[in-house]
Amino acid sequence: MRAYRGRALLLALPLKSLIQRFAFVLLVGAAITIMILSRAEPRLVDSLRGAVGDAATPILEFFSHPAASFASLVEQVDAVLDVHAENAMLEAKNAKLLKWQTVAAQISLENEELRQLLHVVPDPNASFITARVISDSGGPFVRTVLINAGKKNNVRKGQAAITNEGLTGRVVSAGQHSARILLLTDLNSRIPVVIESSRERAVLAGDNTPSPRLEFLAVDARVHIGNRIVTSGQGGIFPPGLPVGIVSSVSEERALVQPYVNWDRLEYVTVLDYTLPGFLPETKRAGRIGELR
Amino acid sequence: MRAATWLERTDIQLRGLTPFVFTFLMVLASALPWHLPNFAPVTPAFTTIAIYYWSIYRPDKLPYAATFILAMLLDLLTGTPLGLSALVYLLLQVILNTQRTFFHGKPFLVVWWGFSLVMPGVSLVSWIIASLYFNALVPPMPFIIQAGLTISLYPLFAVALSALHRHMMEGQ
Repeated sequence: MRAYRGRALLLALPLKSLIQRFAFVLLVGAAITIMILSRAEPRLVDSLRGAVGDAATPILEFFSHPAASFASLVEQVDAVLDVHAENAMLEAKNAKLLKWQTVAAQISLENEELRQLLHVVPDPNASFITARVISDSGGPFVRTVLINAGKKNNVRKGQAAITNEGLTGRVVSAGQHSARILLLTDLNSRIPVVIESSRERAVLAGDNTPSPRLEFLAVDARVHIGNRIVTSGQGGIFPPGLPVGIVSSVSEERALVQPYVNWDRLEYVTVLDYTLPGFLPETKRAGRIGELR
Repeated sequence: MRAATWLERTDIQLRGLTPFVFTFLMVLASALPWHLPNFAPVTPAFTTIAIYYWSIYRPDKLPYAATFILAMLLDLLTGTPLGLSALVYLLLQVILNTQRTFFHGKPFLVVWWGFSLVMPGVSLVSWIIASLYFNALVPPMPFIIQAGLTISLYPLFAVALSALHRHMMEGQ
């Protein structure tokens, strides 16, 4: 019995290591193939991402609560430390904002009258849905978040995601109950924008750093530090005029933008459902810029 | 020796799942929104810690197929190029498989030192693959900071891991 066992082991051990080696080669091959496929045909992976996102939503929702409360504890300690300075700052800001409120009321009234005089075609109203951020891309590769709303809630690929501070990004894939948002700082994010004061058009291109840059600016474009950047609405995917950020640095080669959104406090985002009447059907709308579906 | 009862056998099998379950939890930890200042891009590579530890001590309980599945899940949840983590972690595991006996019975500092050599390698390979995938130079700084953070957090996880490991061995 013992001898038989020994012989079986003698055979089994090399066989086991052979199987392991075979599995290794097979799995490495699979990983490389999947990577190349997902690069060439992102649609193949999109549905898988959606399905896994859906399946993980309840788990991530459950775990994201303690994570959020830990973060709010850190925030509270932080807030207590500089409560006086913040109060003084807020009082000053409040006084300033009250002044602006009257100005805004006057201007919006005037704007309304002028629009009526000119018979301006009104922009379609965007409906929206607000969802919780349940997953973050923990790692240096991409800047995306997962939210707990999907196709069931009318969230679809291409829609703009905003917070009360400004534009956050756009939906890149949607499952039934979850959707992934590509933040505007991501390497693959391209958003048509306009410099609010000079109306110069540009494309805001992310590069995984906190400050995306302005691309395709005209050579003689007037860009200055502090200029507000808003969406241009070109392409019809985003409503025009969503606040994006302010120009934070300008040099010979490039202009960088500081987004309004505070990425560390991204707990809820609002997804805008904005469709221009008579515009391309959803299946023909661009997913990535320049990539017609 | 009396034959193990059904309950005992199930107990042993469940304990054997520890490496897989722990690594799975580390995958979830990577995907959670921590809402900490500037944290998301440099979130420590929790999964790398788990795979390093179990590949050294219990590779039989974390076979290549398990690593592959967990890494794919990580990529799907965090939005990383699909297949990237699987490739990197499989390579890590095959390298550790040849070196793992060196670490057996060595003091903690040696194992930590080993991790401090492995982690930059993992980051470098990931950075190269990501840059090839996106056809653009991905900013390397977050990779460097992530590697540093992960190495400095390793002892904390090692304490939990060795406690788990002891608990797992009790039934065997």
